[in-house]
Amino acid sequence: MTIEKRPFSMHLDVKDFAPATQEEKETISKLRPSSTFFKDGVKRLLKNPVATVSLILIILITLSTIIIPMVWPYSYDKMLGVTPGRPVDSSYNNLAPFQYGKTEQKKIDNGEKVFPHIFGTDAHGRDYFIRVVYGTRISLAVGFFASIIVLVIGMTIGSIAGYMGGKADLIIMRIVDIIYSLPDMLVIILLAVVLGEVLKTEGTILEKIGSNIISMFIVFGLLYWVSMARLIRGQILSLKEQEYVLASKVTGARGKWIITKHLLPNSISVVIISTALQIPNAIFTESFLSFLGLGVNAPMPSLGSLASDALDGLSTYTHRLLLPALVICLIVLSLNLFGDGLRDAFDPKLNS
Amino acid sequence: MNTKNIFYILKRIVLAVLTIWIVITITFSVMHAVPGGPFTKEKAITKEAQAALEAKYGLDKPLFVQYTTYLNEIVTRFDFGPSLKQRGRSVIDIILNGMKTSAKLGVIAAVGAAAIGIVLGAVAALRRNKFIDKVIMVVTTAFVSMPSFIMGSLLLILFSVTLGWLPANGSTAEGLILPVITLMLYPMAYITRLTRSSMLDVLGQDYIRTARAKGVSGPRIIFGHALKNALIPVITYFGPMLAFIVTGSMVVEKIFAVPGIGRQFISSITNRDYTMIMGTTIFLASLIVVMNLVSDILYKVVDPRIEFE
Repeated sequence: MTIEKRPFSMHLDVKDFAPATQEEKETISKLRPSSTFFKDGVKRLLKNPVATVSLILIILITLSTIIIPMVWPYSYDKMLGVTPGRPVDSSYNNLAPFQYGKTEQKKIDNGEKVFPHIFGTDAHGRDYFIRVVYGTRISLAVGFFASIIVLVIGMTIGSIAGYMGGKADLIIMRIVDIIYSLPDMLVIILLAVVLGEVLKTEGTILEKIGSNIISMFIVFGLLYWVSMARLIRGQILSLKEQEYVLASKVTGARGKWIITKHLLPNSISVVIISTALQIPNAIFTESFLSFLGLGVNAPMPSLGSLASDALDGLSTYTHRLLLPALVICLIVLSLNLFGDGLRDAFDPKLNS
Repeated sequence: MNTKNIFYILKRIVLAVLTIWIVITITFSVMHAVPGGPFTKEKAITKEAQAALEAKYGLDKPLFVQYTTYLNEIVTRFDFGPSLKQRGRSVIDIILNGMKTSAKLGVIAAVGAAAIGIVLGAVAALRRNKFIDKVIMVVTTAFVSMPSFIMGSLLLILFSVTLGWLPANGSTAEGLILPVITLMLYPMAYITRLTRSSMLDVLGQDYIRTARAKGVSGPRIIFGHALKNALIPVITYFGPMLAFIVTGSMVVEKIFAVPGIGRQFISSITNRDYTMIMGTTIFLASLIVVMNLVSDILYKVVDPRIEFE
């Protein structure tokens, strides 16, 4: 009697359960460690020469603004011609690059070595090179912190609107609409004027950091979160409806798993990219306000205030305008290009 | 136009009016939050004189009364009150006087930016990935990453300091050339990029292929089909462009010493001329809001495919 072949029966073949041979084991073994989304993105980013060069430039500029002030013999606010108890030595004011003041010249004649003023000095006899370095540091710091503030506020409000939906979403989005339609620059100028006055009268810590910088951060926090919030809300709304989220739910995943494994990783790239692109925006605004005299408090320099000060002696001291201008363009351009590279690398969906 | 469109337009107008009201309210309350009245900085002022001044400008009344009077004056008579520092002149007089120059500057810059930007963008799109496209893209990228005060200063150095072709002072007609160029370059670069990308988008559409297939001539496709549709997104940029020109004109007028509204605004900030700051902010903000409204409605009217919310 032959056993009738029944494909759906539970008949098992013993041979299938034999231990795997060495050969079989090798075919399954991993050829290389599996790549993660982040590693893939970094790899794609490093393949993009423009983005890589921009990144290196940004890192170099940032590092030099940290290191150079430590080793440089001059400080950004020391007026070299002013010594306590003596009349002001005006020979230090408005030096051209690689020129020296009277007392310095004497030292050189005596065979001593004096550190050169690479970019000369400004109208108050302050070493211009270190002022440009300091200004770059301030501008970078303002850009960086402003976008962190925007990120935190925007992410919180945007994700609340996206998750909760309903009335909360409606109210938040109406507020966003109204803030969006406000002419931002005018409101920023207005708030900068007033907050500068209000904060000036308070404690000494604020005075030192600069009431204007604080007011700039407040303004950023109040106005610029809207686009970030909109972006994140949109992301979360669309991600919630994706098939893989549904599939995950069907297989029994709960809220926490879906949020940490699906929603966050998928929206984080968009968040990082728009934060990176927010930095040059903030630097633009900071330099604009500084140029109008609403930026950092003197004697603290920023790239915008340096350029603004340079306008007075433009025809004689052209380099004083060109240097901060060059640095701003370099920073903004490389941040923009790096942000574009980030977008291409971490958001492959956008490419198609 | 169906009821849905009219409803949308009405909704936008209501939002615009609401925005202007919010701007007025913010401006008013923020300005009155400044510690010390506008006259505390005046030196050697007696108590009586200060009280008289405050009575003259209505500052002794309760804040809410001041607010309603201010709002009422603006709505009914378009009056922003007297300037605090330029005695004997009203804020609206100073604004309108400054607008004569600034409007000229802004309109020429906007029209020039749109004209040149559209042409360059279309050329770049039609010669995609060719040499000329790459040149246009590199140059516009550079312009977009340059703050307008740097652009202005560089032009000033090049054309009036080094070459001496154009005057550095913008109070004459000839002196307005550099300010206009400065103001124009950023929006021009932006419009170029916008036109290029939307043109590329349109050129890939089915109706262009259909037009080609039925033998429509090249120029007719470009001007009659592609460019016409590619320009629709450019309309949306008109509002932001005006906002840029308004803020840009402050910088440009400072650099080139143009006697316009931007320079008035900056000097009112440094002088702490509060009524002037309030008036100018509200005036310019309303201008931008109205322009945004117009370009938004125009956008939806021009392209019937766009869904009305």
